[in-house]
Amino acid sequence: MESVIFKERADQIHRKGEQPFALTCDRESLAGAVSQRACVFCGSRVVLYPIADALHLVHGPIGCAAYTWDIRGALSSGPELHRLSFSTDLRERDVIFGGEEKLKKALYELIERYRPKAAFVYSTCIVGIIGDDLEAVSKGVAAETGIPVLPVQSEGFKGNKRAGYEAACKALSRLVGTGDTTGISPFSVNILGDFNLAGEIWIIRRYFERMGVQVVANITGDGRVDDIRRAHGAALNLVQCSGSTMELARIMKEKYGIPFHRVSYFGLEDMSEALYSVARFFKDDGIMRKTRELVRDELSVLMPELEKYRKDLEGRRAAIYVGGVFKAFSLVKAFRLLGMKVVMVGTQSGTRSDYEELERITDDGTIIVDDSNPLELSSFLMEKDVDIFVGGVKERPIAYKLGVAFCDHNHERKVALEGFEGMLNFVREVHSSVMSPVWRFAPRRNP
Amino acid sequence: MLDMTPVETIERQALRINPAKTCQPIGALYAALGIHRCLPHSHGSQGCCSYHRSHLTRHFKEPIMASTSSFTEGAAVFGGAANLRQALKNIFHIYNPDVVAVHTTCLSETIGDDIPSIVKAARDEGIIPEGKHVIHANTPSYVGSHVTGFANMARAMAELFAQRNGGAKDQINVVPGFVEPSDMREIKRILFEMGVKAVVFPDTSDVLDAPQTGRHAFYPKGGVTVDSLISTGDSRMTFSLGPYASEEAGKILRTRFEIPNKVLDLPVGIGATDRFIEAVMGVTGTEPPEAMMDDRGRLVDMMTDNQQYFYGKRAAVFGDPDHVVSMTEFLRDLGMQPVYVVTGTPGRRFETAVKGILAQAVPDAKVKAFSDLFELHQWIKKEPVDLLVGNTYGKFIARAEDIPFVRFGFPILDRVGHGYFPCVGYRGGMRLVEKILGVLQDREDRDSPDHSIELVM
Repeated sequence: MESVIFKERADQIHRKGEQPFALTCDRESLAGAVSQRACVFCGSRVVLYPIADALHLVHGPIGCAAYTWDIRGALSSGPELHRLSFSTDLRERDVIFGGEEKLKKALYELIERYRPKAAFVYSTCIVGIIGDDLEAVSKGVAAETGIPVLPVQSEGFKGNKRAGYEAACKALSRLVGTGDTTGISPFSVNILGDFNLAGEIWIIRRYFERMGVQVVANITGDGRVDDIRRAHGAALNLVQCSGSTMELARIMKEKYGIPFHRVSYFGLEDMSEALYSVARFFKDDGIMRKTRELVRDELSVLMPELEKYRKDLEGRRAAIYVGGVFKAFSLVKAFRLLGMKVVMVGTQSGTRSDYEELERITDDGTIIVDDSNPLELSSFLMEKDVDIFVGGVKERPIAYKLGVAFCDHNHERKVALEGFEGMLNFVREVHSSVMSPVWRFAPRRNP
Repeated sequence: MLDMTPVETIERQALRINPAKTCQPIGALYAALGIHRCLPHSHGSQGCCSYHRSHLTRHFKEPIMASTSSFTEGAAVFGGAANLRQALKNIFHIYNPDVVAVHTTCLSETIGDDIPSIVKAARDEGIIPEGKHVIHANTPSYVGSHVTGFANMARAMAELFAQRNGGAKDQINVVPGFVEPSDMREIKRILFEMGVKAVVFPDTSDVLDAPQTGRHAFYPKGGVTVDSLISTGDSRMTFSLGPYASEEAGKILRTRFEIPNKVLDLPVGIGATDRFIEAVMGVTGTEPPEAMMDDRGRLVDMMTDNQQYFYGKRAAVFGDPDHVVSMTEFLRDLGMQPVYVVTGTPGRRFETAVKGILAQAVPDAKVKAFSDLFELHQWIKKEPVDLLVGNTYGKFIARAEDIPFVRFGFPILDRVGHGYFPCVGYRGGMRLVEKILGVLQDREDRDSPDHSIELVM
């Protein structure tokens, strides 16, 4: 294997400083590549899954339900209906004769047993082919049961994960606007694009409480159907996580005139800026004062703590490969704060403007890559002699096989990484993996 | 989280809750990893491949390599032939495998892609380089389960590689079942110790239990070689370990080359291992070496030393059919009462086998194929058990009902060890005894009041 890079993928990799910026992205993955990307269904499922008092029924063969059963630590403070796995488990005869009857029966049975506040019905590849009319079934069941039944048009082949985010947003947008908005404060927001992994949304909600800002709906971490139904009563939408809920924010802007801010709760700079942008939006002296106090208090506790880790980490090299670009921005800044060098950064689904921004905030020599694969990633890690790799489930074992420290910044994180305290958790995770004595026994460090 | 499970059971026809199975393609992908320098290829949407890789990564804590045809709307309408051709071109160009093992998905099955003719056309056009191989298995997700997918890919290996090249070789074929790399390694060791030359296929040892080398080997050193697979057509005999996962492969060799196919239970537990060893002896006429009989003796020693902890305890077992059948027998042999025995995989054979095992010991045991964990939980709620044995998903039931729990089978997403330490053979039996006894005694320690907690057990 002389080169690990497909000719066709060469323009999806950029080395800052070596050439003028030109990165192709938003392209379908090359057939035959060991891509790290997923499908439409996956995108929809991750966005909607955390709504804890809704029923989530996967209409398809068992796999789609099995692989998404409780794989994401999206915590709920109350109901946990979302953590069970419901599927119509389509069989051969259903594929031949159609699965609508089965779907209907399953919905009636589940709604009767669990009395959910709403039901999401996910379409899978095969449903798109056999042509079950999810819309009609949902409508009928909704009329009979009196709860919203929302079809999610998430046939896997209809695009990549981003198309799935849009399908989820479309389903959500049918829920928004159906609830009563009385009593909502003029100083109110919806939190979009946070999935309450390891309890992160609770941290963010506490900040807004301290600022005197009401959170109307969590969309979707620790989410509740009734909150989402009245989300159109909020004054501002805060959108995190590169685009997973952007479509909903756009729809809500168009339909209800609610403006949105793109924010990130990750890293000190972006976390502070997220809070300040809300304070500035409301143009309220009290909120601004409380925000300043909050940031000052948090930083005064945090900075001395961070310093303890800085001396071990300064100058070390980091690589980032994550799903969305917004997370990548924050990670680049966070590593800079620690005096670390980001030598590679890539995402599964960035857009051109996203990558331009990445190119702006990274140093010369940094590799920027779109839709990468294991061969490329391991060659970049070796080439750049990386000390820590930040990624998700499929990246972890690659890092470990190379003898490189790793931090999971995806579904499988076990501690909250958002907020000021999350930054400290992140630094501790990075520090504990980088400083672990085990790497000394790995051949890379000990040839 | 499982506090909503009602005790009363009603017949469900349209609904699966908390499945005890997954779909065919992941089993095919896993089996294909057991061929040396093979890249499994998923002919379907990107998500399938991504899910399978993630799921297997969580289970094995190893990088899992597989490529995908990356279906789009166009492929769904016009067929996936162009995607597969493009994929093969790219795969051989950059990843340079010896074998590409294509499995289908519900999508490509339903649109009706004819894999053999697509592959043949690709070979005619020179897309598949000389000396390279492309095999395929049909693995529709809406038929069978992940175990069926494994069986179909194992069968494809035999069907598409095996040749008769010159009289019977002095070797046997062993299809080890959907088991861990550690189990395949142990089966090979047992055969080696007994002086038997064997082709074990698939074989994921040294693929998915690869050592840390500081390098990411795209193709680790393990896996059954193409030459070995070709030679299976000359073997004297095939042992299919576990009917659900392995019989298909043995059957095709029997049909094509009249190689006798002996279907055995997965050699988990003492009885099934005895039968495996006896069957090997029957072919070769060789006695097991003393060291192996000492292993057996040690297993019996552990069983007899601790029988008082097992006798009469009620157990529930769930998972893949071949695993569950052998485990049920082993629990029975330990003196336990497997009262609930469940698999998600469809098939009557399972129920017949388990009922046969339990006919004397637990005549009223509840046994069900094509079931799920929701149903098992309902039974347990109605009448509790002292031990739960099954894959990681059992942890929710174990927690809700406060039952000692032993992880066994696929997948295990929250513990390590299964990839490294076998459950098969006498040594595997010892490990299982240790694990089961451990959770039972931990429970006794936890629940004993201060005055009666025992130092010596």
